Amino acid sequence: MKRRPKSGDSFGFLAEFAGTEELLEAIHACKAAGHTRMEAYTPMPVHEVWDALGHKSHLPKLVLGGGITGGILGFGMQYFASVIHYPINVGGRPLNSWPSFIIITFEMTILFAALTAVFGMLLLNGLPRPHHPVFDVEEFEEASQSRFFLLVPWYDPSFDHDKVPALLESLSPLSLNEVHHP
Amino acid sequence: MIAPGHSLGSVTDKISSIVLRRTTPRGWFIGLGIGLLLVGVLLTAIAELLFKGVGIWGLNNPVGWGFAIINFVWWIGIGHAGTLISAILLLFRQEWRTSINRFAEAMTIFAVMCAGLFPLLHVGRPWLAYWLLPYPNTMALWPQFRSPLLWDVFAVSTYATVSLLFWYIGLIPDFATLRDRAKAKPFKVIYGMLALGWRGAARHWERYETAYLLLAGLATPLVVSVHTVVSFDFAVGIIPGWHATIMPPYFVAGAIYSGFAMVMTLAIPMRKAFGLEDFITLRHLENMAKVILATGLIVAYGYTMEAFFAWYSANPFESSMMSGRMFGHYAWAYWLLIACNIVTPQLLWIKKVRTSVGALFVLALVVNIGMWLERFVIVVTSLSNDFLPSAWDTYAGTRWDWMLYIGTIGLFLTLLFLFIRFLPMISIFEMRTMVPGTSKKEDA
Repeated sequence: MKRRPKSGDSFGFLAEFAGTEELLEAIHACKAAGHTRMEAYTPMPVHEVWDALGHKSHLPKLVLGGGITGGILGFGMQYFASVIHYPINVGGRPLNSWPSFIIITFEMTILFAALTAVFGMLLLNGLPRPHHPVFDVEEFEEASQSRFFLLVPWYDPSFDHDKVPALLESLSPLSLNEVHHP
Repeated sequence: MIAPGHSLGSVTDKISSIVLRRTTPRGWFIGLGIGLLLVGVLLTAIAELLFKGVGIWGLNNPVGWGFAIINFVWWIGIGHAGTLISAILLLFRQEWRTSINRFAEAMTIFAVMCAGLFPLLHVGRPWLAYWLLPYPNTMALWPQFRSPLLWDVFAVSTYATVSLLFWYIGLIPDFATLRDRAKAKPFKVIYGMLALGWRGAARHWERYETAYLLLAGLATPLVVSVHTVVSFDFAVGIIPGWHATIMPPYFVAGAIYSGFAMVMTLAIPMRKAFGLEDFITLRHLENMAKVILATGLIVAYGYTMEAFFAWYSANPFESSMMSGRMFGHYAWAYWLLIACNIVTPQLLWIKKVRTSVGALFVLALVVNIGMWLERFVIVVTSLSNDFLPSAWDTYAGTRWDWMLYIGTIGLFLTLLFLFIRFLPMISIFEMRTMVPGTSKKEDA
């Protein structure tokens, strides 16, 4: 177990690359050196990168759950209103007139599933988070524009303050910076 | 898809500089000025309405639904193209959508806002419009869940919410780009807050793309359901000309038809004004023209079937409504609609027309007008001669109706001009994925 980091401690090393190919090579090299918990930063979604890092989210299951909840709530609300709370007998027509409840049940299903997808994604990503140590690196502004970054962070099990920069340097990055805890 | 010679940096530069440059072209001020002027007209019409009530509109006894419903359906329909482009074309892997999806989505949101105004104002006391929602109240009352009008409330509000979320989610990575590129501190802070601290981590992108695809999958049935529910407002009623099973599919096709026409109406001047011919290429315009042609044919099939049903049903009320529509008081509107929606778009079979920017612009305007007329014909001709000849009456919008309608066009323009100045009108990060050679393009 690592000790709790203090301000100014090393957060990790951040290497900058020009393209996906270089980034993928770097990821494979770091993996070969035993690093398991790396972070990559790309200006657009790149499947190969998160496949190489082994990221796989549980979001679809959450969204399914959200949709089912919405559907049950939607139908339940209409059933409760029409059958239990405020039944109106109109010429003996059935109170639970389920065909006319389909639309709102459907809309509520979609609404809840969509809200779960959006807020679930943000929550799992730990956003909003206005500041992160990597933002202190000047070159990192390019992460949202045209450059690709690889971070070997302090919480990686085989993080070593001397070996990691040497390894990253051997991959000939465009820049290499140490990131510090704020 | 994208003109050759672009790199990640140049795509980022080109699109974000439209937002971040310090000088604003004069045309933008003129456009916004016109928009704001018309918003003034809108506010005047709303103020008069709130003082005097819906009596200032042209509504009368058989025609209880006039401009308000016509405009509501027209605007909602326009919105549909945005969702279609952003969600359905995404699922079908139509990569050409990338350069038009952002502003098509913006168009959706603004169109739904304009649409929503009409039913809200039509209820007469808009400050009580929340009575439409099921909420715990001291009267212990519930809204009528068996009414298509309430289904509409749920469908449209869900649609507005999901469209807004989809749009915002799509903007987050671009807000991060603007945050990192903005020079002025206030803009850095504002874009920074909107970006929610997005840093482009691969694990975030993975969840992001999952969420985005799921939203697209959810928005697809949703968009079909919205215009279906709008058509139920008519189809569930027993009025001749409304009570038909053809209504849902034909409304959905009409919505896509008018929406693409509106995207085209906006995209053509915009690509010119902002020099975006590299991103919104002739190929995009031609593809949209093909969608317009295809959906236009479905709409034509709908009109034909309406006439066929009226004849084949041998129902005297249906056939009298249909002959009234074709040869009666509103025959001009019917034939003008046929000319705008069926005859003119056939020009799109010709490749020369599909690739002529000027011709496409004019055609798109013609379709916009045609689709407004379609809703006018459906709403007004059916209501004005229903069952009892003694109850028949004609209908025309008053100047307040027209002011309200033109006013919403102003609101739409105002929002659109603000959008193109302050937000990236093309999705920057999605355009990056189109740059050749930077990545082995994702294929999921």
